[in-house]
Amino acid sequence: MNDHTPLGCNAAPVLKERGQHEVFCGLTGIIWLHRKMQDAFFLVVGSRTCAHLLQSAAGVMIFAEPRFGTAILEEGDLAGLKDANDELDREVARLLERRPDIRQLFLVGSCPSEVIKLDLSRAAERLSQAHAPNVRVLNFSGSGIETTFTQGEDACLASMVPELASTDAANLLLVGALPDVVEDQARALLSDLGIDNVQVLPGRRADQDPEVGPNTRYALLQPFLGDTAGALDKRGAQRIAAPFPFGEEGTTLWLKAVADAFGIEADHFDRVTAAPRARARKAVAAAAQTLSGKRIFFMPDSQLELPLARFLTRECGMEAVEVGTPFLHRAIMEPELDLLPGGARLSEGQDVEKQLDRVRADQPDLTVCGLGLANPLESEGLTTKWAIELVFTPVHFYEQAGDLAGLFARPVRRKALLAAQPAEVTP
Amino acid sequence: MKLTVWTYEGPPHVGAMRVATGMEGLHYVLHAPQGDTYADLLFTMIERRGKRPPVTYTTFQARDLGSDTATLFKDACLAAYERFKPEALIVGASCTAELIQDDPGGLAEALGLPVPVIALELPSYSRKELFGTDETFYQLCRALAKPVDRTPEVSCNILGPVGLGFRHRDDVVEVTKLLDAMDITVNCVAPMGSRPSDLARLGAAHFNVVLYPEHAENAARWLEREHGQPFTKTVPIGTQATRRLVDEVAQISGQAANLQDDDLRQPWWSASVDSTYLTGKRVFIFGDATHAMAAARVARDEMGFEVCGLGCYNREFARPLRALAKEFGVEALITDDYLEVEHAIAEAAPEMILGTQMERHIGKRLGIPCAVISSPVHVQDFPARHSPQMGVEGANVLFDTWVHPLVMGLEEHLLTMFRDDFEFSDAAGPSHHGGHAPVPPAPEAAAPTKAAPAPKSIEDLVWVPAAEKELRKIPFFVRGKARRNTELFAAEQGVSEISVETLYEAKAHYAR
Ligand code: SF4
Repeated sequence: MNDHTPLGCNAAPVLKERGQHEVFCGLTGIIWLHRKMQDAFFLVVGSRTCAHLLQSAAGVMIFAEPRFGTAILEEGDLAGLKDANDELDREVARLLERRPDIRQLFLVGSCPSEVIKLDLSRAAERLSQAHAPNVRVLNFSGSGIETTFTQGEDACLASMVPELASTDAANLLLVGALPDVVEDQARALLSDLGIDNVQVLPGRRADQDPEVGPNTRYALLQPFLGDTAGALDKRGAQRIAAPFPFGEEGTTLWLKAVADAFGIEADHFDRVTAAPRARARKAVAAAAQTLSGKRIFFMPDSQLELPLARFLTRECGMEAVEVGTPFLHRAIMEPELDLLPGGARLSEGQDVEKQLDRVRADQPDLTVCGLGLANPLESEGLTTKWAIELVFTPVHFYEQAGDLAGLFARPVRRKALLAAQPAEVTP
Repeated sequence: MKLTVWTYEGPPHVGAMRVATGMEGLHYVLHAPQGDTYADLLFTMIERRGKRPPVTYTTFQARDLGSDTATLFKDACLAAYERFKPEALIVGASCTAELIQDDPGGLAEALGLPVPVIALELPSYSRKELFGTDETFYQLCRALAKPVDRTPEVSCNILGPVGLGFRHRDDVVEVTKLLDAMDITVNCVAPMGSRPSDLARLGAAHFNVVLYPEHAENAARWLEREHGQPFTKTVPIGTQATRRLVDEVAQISGQAANLQDDDLRQPWWSASVDSTYLTGKRVFIFGDATHAMAAARVARDEMGFEVCGLGCYNREFARPLRALAKEFGVEALITDDYLEVEHAIAEAAPEMILGTQMERHIGKRLGIPCAVISSPVHVQDFPARHSPQMGVEGANVLFDTWVHPLVMGLEEHLLTMFRDDFEFSDAAGPSHHGGHAPVPPAPEAAAPTKAAPAPKSIEDLVWVPAAEKELRKIPFFVRGKARRNTELFAAEQGVSEISVETLYEAKAHYAR
């Protein structure tokens, strides 16, 4: 541990690119956040484009009563004919009247609301007062000029931190919106280890939000929560640095870092984790047979690329050709970079045309990319995995390690199954 | 400001994308932030296209705003031209770029590219997707269509098909067959299937066949004015409309009307006795105006349905739709608010909905079968097989797809006879829909309940428990109608409590 020669990729050069980005904006996070926080409503203040993005990204999965909507700015709002703030107050009042079950309302900024400098933080303050104590109104930006895809969740959680109640208790805070079933697994593991004062940001409901203070230690569940981490630091909480809980190794190292911070005995740690570790290894091994020796290319998308590349190279025997990330948060990614085998090209930002040229030149066995690129690459004969599934599917911790590997193995297996019948692309 | 959850139409630049994506050799440079690239997935995922839409997004960020988004735009134009070498370029702004007022048209023109550059003005805060398709195609025609000699043989253009259109690919095949049979050559199909260089030769055709007025009416009017090309007004959806189009084309072109109808099976399928059960089925129709109006005529005149509701989401066509609704004796519903549509459907309690993907979901929630007739649609509505809406095969397809969600003729009787048979329970829905059993209608409480959504005058009606129970013995696919008729009847009679007698009196009253 005291050896300072750089391991892995920490000292590797990073290709920084600036050109056309092919990624979602932060609004997209609303699609999973509104499911996680059961008494929250997300009101985007934006344009028809924003509404259409949410609808297209959400597909039909959640047609029934979504707890999100878009207040679409119209000509009158822009020309100053109507006071946008009055309009907003009216829409919010109507909404809360129709949905008395809502306890927290997020006003979500978009590109248009930011360009016309609509001050949503003041609006949130005003509305909070108007609707207290039933509803708490917060605001964050999910705009495409400020945020990329998963950064929307970061902005949302960061907006909640100043509102969290203070405590002096030595609690553990898990940070990131995971599916309830995975969150429960994590809690069970921690409790078996003997760590009991565990809280999660975001809480499932407003009254379950965590408390934070100088004795709080927190561990990130997702790699894209840099601003939230900064906000927690400001409240005096201490971050437990660790790789992210993907795969058997990632989960073990993450748990180990937490266990060490809480002074858990090594023996006890081994006893608690032995069985789930073995299960995870076994489950991963099945998919690793398909993946081993295959070359993978990550287009930048969710900021999960580095941890996933680490998992796929170290546990599934893959070779990373390029690992693209929309944004490289060094401080948070350091433990990951330490582990990632050298040799992979690291890139930050995007010039999609140039990057596609590299994909074509590299001819990887699997390319992880957004929905807009997947079929076009498939029609060129490449095999792809849509990145969005990685944020919509339970993939964290031991019991999901096999599923995570399976997500990557499935397209490869499918390609092999269909190999006998080459597809001619019609349109 | 207007609160919206689900929308029928995207922003107007998505309309421009639908035109560009249907074409070859055209490139669209869109001044827009990164998140707007989501629109690519509409084409690559929903329509399963194997190519990226020909769109370059400038993807400016907050830090560019103060400095130089204009340079970013110019660089993007140059790079796109260099890489894709299009025959023509269209440029424009998304909602955010419209606010920063960089003037994409002026900037692109100043670059002096060796190909036509067409600037699109698509006001994002007042117009929507269908304005975008129509305006883009019109601007392309204006900029590109040159005066040319007519072809020696009788020819026409087919106008209107675009990317992401509901069955456009297959409609073009069917309409081409109709024209073939009349010895009329197709000069150009546009926008989908054409290149900018093809648009230059639009004027060579003798006339235009407009399939989708919402995408091509402005262009057709301009071509009529500038190039003296008359255009057809009939949308050939359904047997009768197909015959009318053939007559209209004959009149315009001077060719003999000739319809090859050997494969036309819809009229007999409708006339054959198994279809008797379709008589008077109450259908609610909602979609884009073109498809909704065509569906209304087919429903009434070719299927023997009763149209109990008719509406569209594109206001541009409110006038003709209103006129048709009047003819049908129903109130036109012109709205882009799906909650309003849901409310109207619940109130009309139809036996079937003909609509878009939104109405499919509304139908699921209300337990009403639905067939899809119009955009917006989802991935399952882009089938692998040939499945047109227009022409001869289109008429056959309409019959099949509209009947499919319904309980079949004999089955309907069996359900009525054996409604207490646990294995033949109506809650299971049509037996040929394995996993897709519709949810039974909204839960009905055992205690007297207030009437389900209904006109104000009958809001205070109360069902006594026995009547409520009797109502539940009625098969699900007519229960909504029975409830509604009974309530209307009771209100008319001034009865405030609905008993079993009221139910059967109403049944007798509405018997037909
Ligand atoms: S990029 Fe901006 S304008 Fe586009 S959908 Fe996202 S927030 Fe709305």
